[in-house]
Amino acid sequence: MAISIDRISKSYGEHKDVHALREISLSVHTGELFGLIGPDGAGKTTLFRILTTLVLPDRGSATVEGKDVRDDFRDIRTMVGYMPGRFSLYQDLSVEENLRFFATIFHTTIEENYELIKDIYVQIEPFKKRRAGDLSGGMKQKLALCCALIHRPKVLFLDEPTTGVDVVSRKEFWAMLQQLKKQGMTIFVSTPYMDEATLCDRIALIQKGSIMSVDTPENLLNKYQGDLWGIRTEHMYKALQDLNNFPSVTECYTFGAMHHAQVSGLQMPAELHNYLDRKYHKNIRVEKIKPTIEDCFMQLMQADEREPVPNE
Amino acid sequence: MKENLYQMSKSYSIIAESLTKTFGSFTAVDSISFNVSAGEIFGFLGANGAGKTTAMRMLCGLSKPTSGSAVVAGFNIDKESESIKQRIGYMSQKFSLYQDLTVSENIEFYGGIYGLGKQKLAQSAKELLHRLHLEKDARTLVRALPLGWKQKLSFSIAIMHQPSIVFLDEPTGGVDPVTRRQFWQMIYEAADHGITIFVTTHYMDEAEYCDRVAIMVDGKIEALDSPQQMKEQMKAEDMNEVFYRLARTATRASA
Repeated sequence: MAISIDRISKSYGEHKDVHALREISLSVHTGELFGLIGPDGAGKTTLFRILTTLVLPDRGSATVEGKDVRDDFRDIRTMVGYMPGRFSLYQDLSVEENLRFFATIFHTTIEENYELIKDIYVQIEPFKKRRAGDLSGGMKQKLALCCALIHRPKVLFLDEPTTGVDVVSRKEFWAMLQQLKKQGMTIFVSTPYMDEATLCDRIALIQKGSIMSVDTPENLLNKYQGDLWGIRTEHMYKALQDLNNFPSVTECYTFGAMHHAQVSGLQMPAELHNYLDRKYHKNIRVEKIKPTIEDCFMQLMQADEREPVPNE
Repeated sequence: MKENLYQMSKSYSIIAESLTKTFGSFTAVDSISFNVSAGEIFGFLGANGAGKTTAMRMLCGLSKPTSGSAVVAGFNIDKESESIKQRIGYMSQKFSLYQDLTVSENIEFYGGIYGLGKQKLAQSAKELLHRLHLEKDARTLVRALPLGWKQKLSFSIAIMHQPSIVFLDEPTGGVDPVTRRQFWQMIYEAADHGITIFVTTHYMDEAEYCDRVAIMVDGKIEALDSPQQMKEQMKAEDMNEVFYRLARTATRASA
């Protein structure tokens, strides 16, 4: 087991009334690409800080590579690579200087582990004399990843590496992670982008400091409750309002080119079609569709909201 | 030419003609021309470094074009930038509200800046708090609000003075999926009331909610059409694919 988390809780604030994490438990296997999926404020960064020994939990325990985050923090720090959410490099140092600096503090050299970062580093090498502060977002992200890898860590922690990064760079970044995974590295990565979840071996969905689900993306999709229908008409805004007023639709929300409606007690799309027809919609299309991770996330969120949040 | 632009500006919220911005030898925005109709939801997409922010800054009257011209809300961006600032709303994820002020204080502050009279401000503030179900939180510091609430409040404040156009710079980054959709519902509503929406986003499903979308690559507008047309033309399944195929062609050194 690369990471083991047992009922971790953490609160902030003068009165400890901001509950960042509530009794979180999960395990990450060695060599796994594990995704922590959730919006801003869900508690992702707090969990990263606890696992990288920068913050102590209030309650509960956790180990990384068998070492305790409280008692063996020195060991953990030499074994993990950590790429925090915000740009963490030295803005005034050049690309090359940043990399050498990180190598040196881990008592290694760029040359010793060059093989590991080579594929990524060659992309930024043409700019190696440039100050890190002058790099574009995508390039900074690649440099930060190189710096987190230069001491050949056993476990790599990446806190929202793709936030604010465009689709092209995001795709490249995930391809790099797949390469690192092939070399046997354990990767713990967080993201607010639900579409990235399917690129992980297993994922945990986190919201308001609690884990809503831990599973493979495939199993999670299979656990979706009820039917999901995709609906399109000529007037999408009006369709959204009309669909939310239809009794058999438990929930309807926008989803790109379609609206997604959770439907119960309706067998035939024709019934919904007729309803929209009566509401003067044109070019109506109704079809049964497969849910995405984002549909599952929202369904779990709704279920959570129906239950009162436990007071600690 | 200029007379023409003003004539057109009655039905268009934005008319940009060969708008260009260079920094030294670098052409950030390379002669872009486009119109945005009044009441339209217009998506402005592009990879990091494609020139979106530079173009948006010019349209808001914050930066002068090197060449070309644009009329926004009926005013010339070069010569009447101060008038533009009063006729537009602006919201970005990075800068929106004052964290150390309460919800009410933020509303009053921006209401003051936008020149709302005392009575009008009180009325708008009341309506705004009611619509967002924030009456109980009027005296709460903004920093204590969840991100999604902040973004909804920030958007409401940006359109409080009933601008003819509102610029939204990645308004939903990092927001949970349910709140993200509530936010877009607010955008739809505002557009329904005739406010033109100019929005940038990294979420490609949100591109689908726009009436038309412009995709910038290397400082130029590489494609401009309705999402439906774009998908059909490129035989792409969704906007993600459209965007990826266009943005991938970028040659500009992105360092």
